[in-house]
Amino acid sequence: MANPETAEVAAKVTLSSESVEKSSPIKEFWKKFKKQRLAMVSGIFVFLLIIIAIFGPAIAPYSSEEPDYVNVLQGSSWEHLAGTDAFGRDIFSRIIVGTRISLFVGTISVLLGAVVGTVLGLISAFYGRWVDSIIMRICDVLFAFPGILLAIGIIAILGPGLGNVIIAISIFNIPNFARIVRGSALSVKSTVYVEATKSIGAKNGRLIWKHIFPGTASSIIVNFTMRIGTAILTAASLSFLGLGAQPPTPEWGAMLSNGRDYLSTSPHVTFYPGLAIFLTVLAFNLLGDGLRDTLDPKIKD
Amino acid sequence: MLRYVIKRLIGIIPILFFVSIFIFLFVHLIPGDPARLVAGQDATLQDVEVVRQELGLNQPIHIQYFNFISGIFQGDVGSSIKTGRPVFDEIASRFMPTFWLTFWSMIWAVMVGLLIGVISATKRNKWQDYLGMFGAVSGISMPSFWMGLLLIQVFAVQLGWLPVGGLESWQSYILPSITLGSGVAAVVARFSRSSLMDILKDDYIRTGRAKGLNEHKVVWGHGLKNAMIPVVTMTGLQFGFLLGGSIVIETVFSWPGLGRLLIDSVAFRDYPVIQAEMLLFALEFILINLIVDLIYGFLNPQIRYD
Repeated sequence: MANPETAEVAAKVTLSSESVEKSSPIKEFWKKFKKQRLAMVSGIFVFLLIIIAIFGPAIAPYSSEEPDYVNVLQGSSWEHLAGTDAFGRDIFSRIIVGTRISLFVGTISVLLGAVVGTVLGLISAFYGRWVDSIIMRICDVLFAFPGILLAIGIIAILGPGLGNVIIAISIFNIPNFARIVRGSALSVKSTVYVEATKSIGAKNGRLIWKHIFPGTASSIIVNFTMRIGTAILTAASLSFLGLGAQPPTPEWGAMLSNGRDYLSTSPHVTFYPGLAIFLTVLAFNLLGDGLRDTLDPKIKD
Repeated sequence: MLRYVIKRLIGIIPILFFVSIFIFLFVHLIPGDPARLVAGQDATLQDVEVVRQELGLNQPIHIQYFNFISGIFQGDVGSSIKTGRPVFDEIASRFMPTFWLTFWSMIWAVMVGLLIGVISATKRNKWQDYLGMFGAVSGISMPSFWMGLLLIQVFAVQLGWLPVGGLESWQSYILPSITLGSGVAAVVARFSRSSLMDILKDDYIRTGRAKGLNEHKVVWGHGLKNAMIPVVTMTGLQFGFLLGGSIVIETVFSWPGLGRLLIDSVAFRDYPVIQAEMLLFALEFILINLIVDLIYGFLNPQIRYD
């Protein structure tokens, strides 16, 4: 959601006396971004998640895979903050250990999709004509499969498993990045400075990489953040459907799926992993919204 | 307008062509021998060869493609490996439950989404706006299967008001529709808010206010009518996400629809069913996009003359 008022305020602040001194783009970005309180909080939350992802197994109070048949399906308590599952495993510990999986799958799959999509988008915009037509038609075909369906189709070919989930979600992200990068590259391409560089005889590769690509960077960053939330959600959905992580992997979607059998007696087994997914995706989406309002107020949903 | 319709219709032909190739190749991309898959693991080499003949898998690939396409036009898309019944029959009996589920989800999602969007836009930066928009971003971020299970837990297990799953009466539609539509409601709310906010800045809105129209008329009569144009497009596109979302929701609610059939088929590697479902979902999505494009062209004359 673009918030012109915040942007206005930010613009005034930038123009005020204290910032007349040299302001780098990063400083300016930071000044605007600080105004977005929700996005700031989300950014801190995402940072914490990254810390948890790195140190997960070391900070988890219990083992994530060792069964404990004395404490099966216990509710929340001081010993087990989020209770235990059907094997007596501490759900809180499993959520902590699972953070790494969700963040890794989400980030890597978007990264792969973003790299391929960006290259395709740049080529498409720069060369135009038939190259552009072919790349855009391929994107149309990928776009013809709604939502999660393309990922399911790809997993039907490759077989279930987390690795294949990453491949499936990467492919699912390619057309998205290709279109967005193409769009913003087209507008950069027609600017005077690109024309000027071209006229002094710069090679195509240099033109694309050094001059057009940086101009598309902000839309790539914004889209990247926004897509991570969706990617984590899609990966969790696929694991929930039994197509992704397999037990006993502490993947959030798979944990939730395991809890379905105990829904009437022990709802906490499904509740906490779902809450973890929800808060993580929410944080990435709010961060993405904030980045968009700061970097690229022109883009809307 | 007619020229625009024809242009759009011609435009989808290459997409249809490439989609059909993609789905046709699907069988050939699956690791292992499809004939062996159909014949079963215990079948003799001879049996496998017979199956290969029957399915036409020994013919050159372009002939196979041709057979595949002509099969689609005759409603013959092979038989399910799992049940042996024609895929067409399998899908036909599952179509309506999914159709009605997506339909009702869409209806409530658009109504509630629009309402939240309009309230947020008119009460901009007040608590209603913050609440509405926080609700919307939550709706987008919430895992649908989690929400579905929470609703089951509260309304079916604890309160016992509504069925846990399956499709027996109209009450069976309530929880799955709420779950499936929530994401779309959120997107519609966000989109209609920003669209209406843009419009409310326009001159003719100021004129409306200046000539003493009450705020209600200005917003609902003048503003919303014009703000709707981009919202229509966005909403149409959301249909695709509903189709995708139904796959997950149907699994949560044991819904006898296309989505659950697809998941069962993937687990069983029942590729003729997977293939037909992918095709059906893609066709539906392309068709909806086409309709949206046409409505858009109808509402916004500028688009037609590009």
